[in-house]
Amino acid sequence: MSEYNGEIRKMMIILSKATLENVYAAFVLANGARMEGIEAEIFFTFFGLEAIHKKKLEHLHIATVGNPAMHMPTMLGGLPGMESLATMMMKKEMEKIDMPDVHEFLDIMVASGVKLWACKLAMDMFHYEKEDMYDEIGGIITVGDFYKQGSGIGTHMLFI
Amino acid sequence: MEKEIAGKMIKVNDEGYLTDFSQWTQEVGAAIAEENNIVMTPRHWEVIAYLQNEHKNNVALSIRKIGKSDVLDIKEFYQLFPQGPLKTSTKIAGIPKPASCI
Repeated sequence: MSEYNGEIRKMMIILSKATLENVYAAFVLANGARMEGIEAEIFFTFFGLEAIHKKKLEHLHIATVGNPAMHMPTMLGGLPGMESLATMMMKKEMEKIDMPDVHEFLDIMVASGVKLWACKLAMDMFHYEKEDMYDEIGGIITVGDFYKQGSGIGTHMLFI
Repeated sequence: MEKEIAGKMIKVNDEGYLTDFSQWTQEVGAAIAEENNIVMTPRHWEVIAYLQNEHKNNVALSIRKIGKSDVLDIKEFYQLFPQGPLKTSTKIAGIPKPASCI
């Protein structure tokens, strides 16, 4: 008989987007899991790789186009500088609630024991090298490897 | 509600956090630590004292703040209290569970 009573023991999060709101969602969920004693790993794939790309991770934006929650006309959201402005405003608000920037958040997660993985297929597609990426990633792995990482009772997978 | 901790009746909430810090003693802290499978060392107590002091000064505790303190870094915090460090350490310290997500 298993004594497992349904609690979450491991969160496997797949981040496929590089918009700031999605990156933060993944980071908060992973870090929040560790704070509760739950294991957490993030698999960065497709545009999600930008969140661990050294030259790009400081320059992520929120989406002003195709984002109904921005409450601005799509045409307006597409004007030059609009994404930067919205991003700047959001970053200011986040600093107020003690939210770290992307680089600091990566450092916090690594120190907290979150494992970070880059997707091999996406790395090949974007012609990224390991040296381009944040130094503390666990490695470049395949989907199969990631599934293997998630084996065990109480693992949940989340696609962002 | 009240719970017997280290031979004394202590006021706690439904998650087991002390609701009256004046009832806290090191024996109470040690008993809570034992319940959470933590073997307290002098280093653990240093961290507990730091957290109690932060709480006294009305500082909202978060993992990020721990990382920025000069008392310890995040890695050590997780080593000392592996199963949810902020949650476990504040319970041992007799202070409220921080409502922080970061």
